[in-house]
Amino acid sequence: MTAGTDSLEKASADSSGAEVFLQIENVGKSFGAHHVLDSISLSIEQGEFVTLLGESGSGKTTLLRIIAGFETLSAGRIFLEGNRLDLLPPYRRPVHTVFQSYALFPHMNVFDNVAYGLRVRGVGAGEIKSRVHAALARVRMEAFMAHYPRHISGGQKQRVALARALVNEPKVLLLDEPLSALDANLRLEMQRELKALQQDLGITFLFVTHDQSEALAISDRVVLLHQGRIEQSGEPREIYARPRTSYAANFLGKSNLVRGVVRNGIADCRAFSAPVNLPEGPAIFSLRPEAIAPASSASSGSDVRFTAQVVAEQFHGAGTLVTLRCSEEIELTARINAAISNETWGEFAFRAEDLVPLAPEVHES
Amino acid sequence: MSGSRRPVILTFFAACAYGFLYLPIVVLIVYSFNRDGVGGFPPRHLTLDWYRVLFADGSMWTAVGNSVIVAAASVVISILIGFPAAYALDRYSFPGKDAFRRLILLPLIVPGVITGISLLLLVVSGGFRLSLITVVLGHATALTAVATTEIFAGLSRLDRSYEEASADLGASGWQTLRRILLPLMRTSLLGTALLVFTLSMDEIAVTFFLIGRENTLPLEIWSRLRRGATPEMNAISTLIFFFSVAAILASQRLIAGGETSLTPSAEVAGVTQ
Amino acid sequence: MMRPQRSGALLVMLPPFAWIALFLFLPYCLLFCYSFWTVSEFQQILHHPTLANYAHLFTNPLYLTVILRTLRIALSVVVLSLAIGYPLAFFLAFHSGRHRALLYQAVIIPLWVSYLVRAYAWKVIFGNEGVLNTLLMWSHGTSHPLSFLLYSPFAVIVTLTHIYVPFVVLPVVASLEKIPRELIESSNDLGARPWQTFLRVILPLSLPGVVSGATFALLLSFGDFLAPLLLGGPASVMIANIVANLFGADYNWPLGAAVAVVILNIVVAILSVTQRLERRWRTA
Repeated sequence: MTAGTDSLEKASADSSGAEVFLQIENVGKSFGAHHVLDSISLSIEQGEFVTLLGESGSGKTTLLRIIAGFETLSAGRIFLEGNRLDLLPPYRRPVHTVFQSYALFPHMNVFDNVAYGLRVRGVGAGEIKSRVHAALARVRMEAFMAHYPRHISGGQKQRVALARALVNEPKVLLLDEPLSALDANLRLEMQRELKALQQDLGITFLFVTHDQSEALAISDRVVLLHQGRIEQSGEPREIYARPRTSYAANFLGKSNLVRGVVRNGIADCRAFSAPVNLPEGPAIFSLRPEAIAPASSASSGSDVRFTAQVVAEQFHGAGTLVTLRCSEEIELTARINAAISNETWGEFAFRAEDLVPLAPEVHES
Repeated sequence: MSGSRRPVILTFFAACAYGFLYLPIVVLIVYSFNRDGVGGFPPRHLTLDWYRVLFADGSMWTAVGNSVIVAAASVVISILIGFPAAYALDRYSFPGKDAFRRLILLPLIVPGVITGISLLLLVVSGGFRLSLITVVLGHATALTAVATTEIFAGLSRLDRSYEEASADLGASGWQTLRRILLPLMRTSLLGTALLVFTLSMDEIAVTFFLIGRENTLPLEIWSRLRRGATPEMNAISTLIFFFSVAAILASQRLIAGGETSLTPSAEVAGVTQ
Repeated sequence: MMRPQRSGALLVMLPPFAWIALFLFLPYCLLFCYSFWTVSEFQQILHHPTLANYAHLFTNPLYLTVILRTLRIALSVVVLSLAIGYPLAFFLAFHSGRHRALLYQAVIIPLWVSYLVRAYAWKVIFGNEGVLNTLLMWSHGTSHPLSFLLYSPFAVIVTLTHIYVPFVVLPVVASLEKIPRELIESSNDLGARPWQTFLRVILPLSLPGVVSGATFALLLSFGDFLAPLLLGGPASVMIANIVANLFGADYNWPLGAAVAVVILNIVVAILSVTQRLERRWRTA
């Protein structure tokens, strides 16, 4: 109860005046001179499904562990429903974690694992029984109550870990790459189940992954972390369609980076010219491969046209990735559904709005 | 439990535990320089006299020589027996393997007295005289168990694909042993040799029943302790202590990264195999 | 995989097999045989098998008393070693910080110091004229030395504890370090306070290490006869001392062999109990 006075300290309400559910305020973490997290600020709504996306070393897991209380922050504050969260020890935080390795206790069976959080809080035996049963029923693991963790499969462990966290009715559920140990098919199934479960329970989920397709498929909002900073955040469709930097453009799927010069509202990219709403000067754009189509089959409004030679193609089942050579220096990748033959010249087209200007300072790669 | 906070009480307790572990060793060393004999606080009149007495003590040094001979012989025998035994336990399956394992590891858990007297019965029944040879027999039997567990641990840590590659490239079993297995096991074997040597230098329980007219060092010390303590005992004990520590440190430098084979933890694990 | 050649395998197995047969199996058989023989008045060994030795052992209360005392001393050693060794191991595994390697070595080094040297050092500390008594008299003006220190089960227990603490620490550290950190974090995360985490997660998962260390300390102190000879008085004679005496001054080898067989059985019984415990508590 020592944190009593501190928890009275209220979060500064955001500009609209409403209290933010989970507010992360200028959180930093450094080991000596090395900054793992650099002034991260993030506001999360109640019931939101937010994904922290990033490659290893981006700081996404560190941020999750700071929220859970396993790491201390070097700077900043965290508020949950207006109360300081970062001052509480992990066992007094109303947030629970699903670990990458599941971390099921090997010396307890499934029932005891799920009952653990209730037992250490002194909940009565009868209530424990009914709540554990309900939690296990929700993840369809009721039949495995007496099994030990070593006797159930990875997907089943995953479900038990989920039930073990959810039975305590956390305000926020933290999930640290929980699906990374599963094989591809099971993974898709679990993504669907997780999403359904989250919508059903209305609990805030904070999900960490390095897999962009998983992040796009599952979240209400994706927060892309890069070198300890937030690179971009937004709804999946928006962040995919309108990357703000070349890093974001490439991390969220394949993208063509095109350089050009803007003059009088027209971007001259040498292979083609397109109308843009940008100030004069050099610019860099992202153009998704699937935005490009042969002119003959392009959708209406594909007003930017150029000619190019097909120099390579890679069949990917759902489509074919073709390399288009517009000139000696300029090659573009396009995803094309129609059959296309190599070495041919042709006319291609895309819509001007698919040419997304990127922030100018970006790391050039 | 959040990481770096060091609990004061636990740290204090750990300090006390180290105090307990090192108290006798410190007392021993300090009093080896005390002119007025063992005991008496505070120690007064520091002197090197007891070391002079010790260096002039012929029978003590004869005993040291005997112990070195016995220990060296025990190292050779226990590795010559322990290596094939560990190899068989690791690589072969054969009828009676479990009994084989239990028997060879038995001296680890059976009190030294029993190993000692049962070998004494064998020696007497065979009509042999007790001598340093029977002592070597006792040490080798008791310490083969140690050597086997240590070498077994080393073998099971080894990636077996090296041997398979060697065989694949046309080497015979003998060539693979000489050119691949032994070089790869060098660290483990050196660690085992050092452990067996030290344990043999210190062995009393088995030796007690198998000793002839010539004493090993511990038995020589033992017989003098029974007569009464003098700081000469502190002096020789101090020397043994520093010699042991120097041997460990030297061997650790020699065997880079071989810390596991120098800790008797495998021996402990062997108890319950 | 190379095809194991029969002749090669035979060659490998022959030396250890021969050694075991000759120096382990045969001596134990002899021990067993001797335990059924007797000694005449003229100290001749009579090779007529009888159960006289065992009858003597089980009817004379002296032996049971000594065995119980030995168990009591050995169990005291185990309890004390755990009381000192477990917290030390916990400290090493979780709180030793930057100097971990050094602190760990510092537990091992006493192991390499001669048994006799350490037992002798305690004799120096506990004796009537020893360090402890003279220190007490010097500092407090106690007029009489505390004579219960040396030549008592107390001295034997302290000495054996000193010897077996490292044997307890090493396997316990190993089993504590094997506990994945996420399990501890997970327990915290689910609302368990540090002491709850210790009792419900850390302690149960470290039990295999506790059992293997405790077994070692129990078996070795049960069979010890040197510490009682050096530091213990008549009140701390242990069962191995009886064997040593029967093979020494008392010269009754058959009776000694019978006592040895009893000891062997007790050792095997202890081991089978601890093995069962360990198997139950070892979770993959």
